[in-house]
Amino acid sequence: MKVQNATSYILLSDKLNSLIHSLQQAGYQVIGPVIVDQTIIYDHINSADDLPQGWTDEQDKGRYRLKRRQDSAYFGFNVGPNSWKKYLQLPRRQVWNAQKTADGIHIEPVNSAITPLAFLGIRSCELHAIAIQDRVFLSGEYHNEDYKQRRQSIFTVAVNCTQAAATCFCTSMNTGPAVSLPCDLEITEIINDNEHYFLLRCGSEKGELILQQLPVTPATSEHHQQQKAAISQAEEQMSAGPRMFDSSDLQALLYRNYESPLWSDIAERCLSCANCTLVCPTCFCSSVEDTTDLSGDHAERWEQWDSCFTADFSYIHGGSVRPDTRSRYRQWMTHKLATWHEQFNTSGCVGCGRCVAWCPVGIDITEEVIRFQKADSS
Amino acid sequence: MIPDIFYVQRRIEEYPGTFTLHIKKKEAHPRLSFQPGQFNMLYAFGAGEVPISMSGSVYNTSVYIHTIRTLGQVTQALEQLREGDQLGVRGPFGKGWPVGKTAGKTVLLIAGGLGLAPLRPLVYSLLDKNSAATDVRLFYGAKSQPEMLYSVELKHWEQQLTLQTSVDMATPGWQSNVGAVTHLLTATKIDPENSIAFICGPEIMMRFAIQELIKKNLPRASIYLSMERNMKCAIGHCGHCQWGPAFICKDGPVFCYQEIYPWFHRQEV
Ligand SMILES: Cc1cc2nc3c(=O)[nH]c(=O)nc-3n(C[C@H](O)[C@H](O)[C@H](O)COP(=O)(O)OP(=O)(O)OC[C@H]3O[C@@H](n4cnc5c(N)ncnc54)[C@H](O)[C@@H]3O)c2cc1C
Ligand code: SF4
Ligand code: SF4
Ligand code: FES
Repeated sequence: MKVQNATSYILLSDKLNSLIHSLQQAGYQVIGPVIVDQTIIYDHINSADDLPQGWTDEQDKGRYRLKRRQDSAYFGFNVGPNSWKKYLQLPRRQVWNAQKTADGIHIEPVNSAITPLAFLGIRSCELHAIAIQDRVFLSGEYHNEDYKQRRQSIFTVAVNCTQAAATCFCTSMNTGPAVSLPCDLEITEIINDNEHYFLLRCGSEKGELILQQLPVTPATSEHHQQQKAAISQAEEQMSAGPRMFDSSDLQALLYRNYESPLWSDIAERCLSCANCTLVCPTCFCSSVEDTTDLSGDHAERWEQWDSCFTADFSYIHGGSVRPDTRSRYRQWMTHKLATWHEQFNTSGCVGCGRCVAWCPVGIDITEEVIRFQKADSS
Repeated sequence: MIPDIFYVQRRIEEYPGTFTLHIKKKEAHPRLSFQPGQFNMLYAFGAGEVPISMSGSVYNTSVYIHTIRTLGQVTQALEQLREGDQLGVRGPFGKGWPVGKTAGKTVLLIAGGLGLAPLRPLVYSLLDKNSAATDVRLFYGAKSQPEMLYSVELKHWEQQLTLQTSVDMATPGWQSNVGAVTHLLTATKIDPENSIAFICGPEIMMRFAIQELIKKNLPRASIYLSMERNMKCAIGHCGHCQWGPAFICKDGPVFCYQEIYPWFHRQEV
C-alpha cells in the first residue's frame, strides 16, 4: 500500500514476520531481543518466533528475573543487560596489524566488513543513548571511523514503551517512554482481550520503503487513543515510583557536593566491579592492547571496552590517580550526571536503569541522587 | 588512527635513564607543524604507545625532537632504539602554550625536572628573532647537576635569557642554589601586570609555584600549566585522560589556571 509520512498504520500481530522479512530482503541482518540464559539480550533473529513472546522482566535494585506474562505480547518487557552499544562500539576489535621487515615497520589498518543491521525493538532511552555516543565519537575534531560506518548503516525500529520496569527512570531524564528521537520506523504494541496489533509510523525514507511492503491498514482515531493510553501507563508507573526526581540541576548539585562524606558511604558498599559501566549504553571508555607474536615480527593493536572502576584506568607512573572506590565512584557518577554536560552538552545518563538492576550490591544511582539532593537542602 | 613511520636520526643520552630522540619521517614528506606544548603518541613496536611532549623547535621542520625518561614497558622499548631504528608516531595532539600572549610581556618559565622538555620549544620560540616578548626568565629545578637536561644548551641560553637553577641535592662543584625551584620565585620581583608564567613539572611543584605567583599578585589568567594523565587515544575517545570536565588530550595538556583552578586543588579527580 502507498504509505504517507506522519500517518499511522496497523499491522496485525500475526503479520510481524512481514516486517522482519522485509528488513532481511532489504539487506539487513535483523537484531532483536532474544532470551539467553534467562535474560533478554540483543542478538540475531530470523523470525518473530525468536522474540521473547509472552515474557516480561521483573527488575529492582540488584535484581533481574524473567517471568511469564498473562498475554502473548512480543515487547512486553524493558531493557536487559545488553545495549545496542555492542553493535556500534564493539566490545573488542582489532585496530591494526604491524609487520617488521628488512626495510622497517609497516602498519596496516584492519577494516572489518560491515553488515547493515536493523535494530528491532530499540527503546526511546536507547535512541538517546546512541545520540549521546554520536556526540562522543562523531562530533569532535576526530571521528571514530569504525563506529561511524556501523552507525550509518543501521535501520532502527523503535518501540514505544507501554510499561516500565521498576528500575526505569526515563521520565526523570526526559528520554522516554514515548519515542522522542528520529528513527526509521516507530511501533507501538497494543494487546488486550480482543486484539493484538502494532501501530506503525515511518520516520524516514528508508522506513517508508519498508512500510510500503507490509500488509497494513490505516489507523483510526480509536487506535491512536489506545496508543496514547498505553504509553501513559508507562509514564504513570514511573511518576508514581521512587525514581522520579528533578534532574535539571544535577550538574551544580554534584559540583557543590564533590567533597561530600556521602561518597565514602557509597564506597563502603561499592565493589568497584565495573558492572555498571559495562551495562551502561552511554559509557564509552576503551583501552588498547598492543601485542607481538613469538617471532616478534608481527604486532597487533586491539581496542576493547574499559571501565573507570579499574586501577589501571587512571594509572600514571607512581600509582593510580584515583586510588580507591570513593574516587572511582565519584568519577563515574559525576561524569554521568555533571561533567558530561560540559563535555558534550548532554547528560550522560538516559535513565535506562541497567546499572541499578545489574549492580551486585544494589547501588542505585537514583537513590544516591536523591540522597545528595536531601543532604544538599538540609 | 594509524601511526606514521619515523626513524631515529639522532639519539642523545642526556644522563642515565633519560635520552633525546630526533626522529624523521620515513617517507620524504615533511613532518607536520606543531605548537610548543603539544605532544605526540610514540609507538614502540609491539610494546605500546605513550604520550611524549614536543621538545624541539617549531622552526626545525625536518624532525620531531623528544626527550624521554625510561620508566616502564614502553619507554624501556623506546630507550632501546638506536639511530636508524623505526617507531610509529601519531600527532601532534592537544593545545599548547599560548605563544601569542607573550608579546610585550616578561615571560616566566618554571620547570621542574623533566618539565623542561615540554618548555624547550617555547624557549626556542621566545629566543627567536620573531618573538615580541620583552624579557624571558627561566627557573629550572633538577634533582642534581648530573641530572640536568640540555646542559650545553643551558649555557648558550644564559647569554639571552635570565636563567636561575636549583638542585635538590648538591654534588661537588655545584655553585648555585639548593632547594625547591619554587624558592627561586620567592626571591623574584614580578610585575604582575606585565608578566605571564608557564609552568611544567610534577603537580606538587606546580602547586607551590602557583602559590608563589598568586602571592605576588600575578592574575590567574596569566598562569599556564601542563597536565599529565593516562592516555590511550589522544583524540578524546578513550576517556582515560579525563580530569573533571576536561579531556587532557584535547582540551590540554596546557591549561590556563583561571579556567581550571577549582579542579587543580582537588585530589583524586
Ligand atoms: C601530555 C603528556 C606529555 C608527556 N611528555 C613526556 C615527555 O616529554 N617525556 C617523558 O619522558 N614522559 C612524558 N610523559 C609521560 C609518559 O607518557 C609516561 O612516562 C609513559 O607513558 C610511561 O609509560 P611506560 O609504559 O614506560 O611506563 P609504565 O609505568 O609501565 O606505564 C604503563 C602505562 O601507563 C600509562 N602511563 C604511565 N605513566 C604515565 C604518565 N606519566 N602519563 C601518561 N600515561 C602514563 C601509559 O599508558 C603506560 O603505557 C608525558 C605524558 C603526557 C600525558
Ligand atoms: S548511568 Fe545507569 S541508568 Fe543511566 S544510562 Fe547508564 S546504565 Fe542507564
Ligand atoms: S556501583 Fe555497583 S555495579 Fe558499579 S562498580 Fe560499584 S558495585 Fe559494581
Ligand atoms: S587520551 Fe583518550 S580521551 Fe584523552
